[in-house]
Amino acid sequence: MIKVENLSKNFGAVNAVDDISFDVAEGEKLILLGTSGCGKTTTLKMINRLIEPTAGKIKVNGESIDQQSPEQLRRGIGYVLQNTGLFPHYTVAENIAVVAQLLRWDKKRIADRIHELMQKLHLPAGYLDVYPNQLSGGQQQRVGLARALMADPPVLLMDEPFGALDPVTRFKIRKEFKDLDELKRKTIVMVTHDVQEAFDLADRICLMDKGRIVQNGTPAELLFKPADDFVIEFLKEQRLQLEFKAVCVSDLWEMLPSISLKEQTANISSHITVWEALEILTAQHKKALSVIRPENKEIKTITFDQLMHTFYQYQNNKTV
Amino acid sequence: MKEGQQNLIDFMRQESDKILAQVITHIGLTFTSLIIAILIGLPLGILIARHKPLAVPVLGFAGIIQTIPSIALLGFLIPILGIGAKPAIFALFLYALLPIIRNAYTGITEVDPVITEAAKAMGMTYWQILFKVEFPLAMPVILAGIRTATVINVGVATLASLIAAGGLGEFIFGGISLNNTNMILAGAIPSALLAIIFDFLLSRVQHINFKKARIGRVTTSVAVIIAGLALFYLIPSAYAGKLTAGFTPEFMGRRDGDLGLREKYGLKIHTVVISDAIMYKAAFEKHLDVISGYSTDGRLKAFDLVVLKDDKHIFPPYYAAPIVSDGALKQFPQLEKTLNMLSGKITDSIMTELNYRVDYLHQSPEKVAQDFLIAKQLYQQPRNANNQGTVRIGSKIFGEQYILAAMYAMLIKGYTNYNVSTKTGLGGTKICFDALINNQIDVYPEYTGTGLLVMLQAPPQITDTLVLDKQKVYNYVKQQFKTKYAISWLIPIGFNNAYALMMRKKQAESLNIKTISDLTRYLESK
Repeated sequence: MIKVENLSKNFGAVNAVDDISFDVAEGEKLILLGTSGCGKTTTLKMINRLIEPTAGKIKVNGESIDQQSPEQLRRGIGYVLQNTGLFPHYTVAENIAVVAQLLRWDKKRIADRIHELMQKLHLPAGYLDVYPNQLSGGQQQRVGLARALMADPPVLLMDEPFGALDPVTRFKIRKEFKDLDELKRKTIVMVTHDVQEAFDLADRICLMDKGRIVQNGTPAELLFKPADDFVIEFLKEQRLQLEFKAVCVSDLWEMLPSISLKEQTANISSHITVWEALEILTAQHKKALSVIRPENKEIKTITFDQLMHTFYQYQNNKTV
Repeated sequence: MKEGQQNLIDFMRQESDKILAQVITHIGLTFTSLIIAILIGLPLGILIARHKPLAVPVLGFAGIIQTIPSIALLGFLIPILGIGAKPAIFALFLYALLPIIRNAYTGITEVDPVITEAAKAMGMTYWQILFKVEFPLAMPVILAGIRTATVINVGVATLASLIAAGGLGEFIFGGISLNNTNMILAGAIPSALLAIIFDFLLSRVQHINFKKARIGRVTTSVAVIIAGLALFYLIPSAYAGKLTAGFTPEFMGRRDGDLGLREKYGLKIHTVVISDAIMYKAAFEKHLDVISGYSTDGRLKAFDLVVLKDDKHIFPPYYAAPIVSDGALKQFPQLEKTLNMLSGKITDSIMTELNYRVDYLHQSPEKVAQDFLIAKQLYQQPRNANNQGTVRIGSKIFGEQYILAAMYAMLIKGYTNYNVSTKTGLGGTKICFDALINNQIDVYPEYTGTGLLVMLQAPPQITDTLVLDKQKVYNYVKQQFKTKYAISWLIPIGFNNAYALMMRKKQAESLNIKTISDLTRYLESK
């Protein structure tokens, strides 16, 4: 869906982005991760031509992005900003409708689409005529997302979309976003410096440093097959939690003891992460959890200790 | 006090036609120039917000214009734009530019870059970003600039009366010159009210919820208001007479001025009000045909003008003499004797010559004064003793008064142990006289005719008996000033600086006009 080839951007003598290449498949969520100044935001902004590259090529949907005018290009790509970037002089409804207005949709179509998005994003209809500064940070961010989704663009660019929120709101909204159907179909490139967030949302992560990609891989690959010391160092502090999140119960399936209670039916898929399984076990004070492997309908019942034990075994196998 | 208020209301009622006409002219001047300033300043402000390197020179230039004294700016414009509405509107336009440019620049620059980036990322074009996002967000700041410009313009527009563009300044400056408080207030109160009302109206516009109303409506309403107000103004071009007269505000209101010309001569001439600082030049450059000059003015010679004979004697003699407060005479016993050293020394032709050197050859009044005193062997080096107090000398704001003030200062320094401070350039008879009455100055040169008609406002039956005799006039004012104000007239200096109507010599000769009666007849003939 998105193809980036040998992309560079110099600001004077500084190489903000230095000859990077990556692909994003349709429906894939790619996270550009790194410390501030690593070039991740510059990379993102080159995709919708907010910044013009010094060298290199970007193709979206097989077409080079300089084939059309920047305005045309941008109207077809959703964009979510860190500080929402909502227009203070537009109401919520008018903010959401911006792109549709630029595309000259008729009134009915705009109203219908706004209504649909407000529902999906749990925004009460009463908010339509209020101004952004009357909303909480989380609600503003929802409106910002609704604005980006208005014209149902296949590609969405997100620049630290949760960066300005407090940790609690941040976690909640992130979860909502993950569950949002409309987002599941989108090809998303998102920038963050938050490791947890990256592992939470990513199909793949591009870890960047000093304008270059250090490693481009799945969360598990970054953890268990780090490209170099920088990757290890970058993930070190939150490693354990990340590993729980990077590994699914199904990854451990063969190593788990085959105990299942005959009469037990399981409605939890084995594709949940170890972290999620542990959360269910501790949060609901269950002794054991039954999970089903969708591929062969096999059910296993696991306890907290069993899951932990198996996970450590798996970890040792991987790293050795 | 109560009586004073009553008088003001009476005056305003009596002059209501004039006030209304002046208010309309005033509004017209203010808003015509404001529209031009908006049309030019707003795009310019936006331009420099987009191209930051241009901001420093553009704002710097607009700032420098702002510091040029208004009357000087009006003066500069006369050779280019003549007199009347054109230079006034142009000058007002220049003064309105800075607040409008600066606020447009600030307003646009202060829009959060995150918001403009969001607008860009949504796919808005350059102009869509400007008109849908930046402009509405900058609107309150831009409107604040327009408010400032409006208030400045209402104020500066009073000066337009000095170059024959009319407006409420006609009353204000007329009143200052004529020692007529009611007249000043009849101009100043409406002009202050205009400033307050427009400021208030624009503040209402500014507080319209710009979010709801949107740029379109706000802009339209502001544009309609301002354009409507500008329409008030019709440049007074309806006049189709033969000659144009330019009279000073003071002359307009004096019995020995425009009033007398109408009454005694029946003179009907298209008249504009103009400052005496630029009147002679305007006559020389043929913007005016008849002006109200002073008979000893150096520019009379410089610009080749002739005095029309006052064949019906409406102008009394104006013999110049120092007038001193009695308090000062007591405090400085040698003062009277020293000031009187000049009495009888300067004739009409000498004074004209001295004025010519200052007004036209641009020599400094001090040098001209010193040269004269040396030639008359009156000059002595300053004693620099300075231990017996300071004599404060005032002067009105024209060359002759500067020269006289300089002579008195030199005489006092040379012949007494008093120190001297000069407060020259007091604008108009009223300001000078009030300064003397209120013990801000001790002495200034005044003219007998002015004392008679302006300060004492002697009734016609008295003036008619005095007018032809210079000694009688002098005796009358001397006695009246003593009893009314405790001010002494010292011995006259010698010259008579009378009011006079003047024309360009060539024009007067070709039209065969020698007297004011000739002028009246010429204007009446078809």
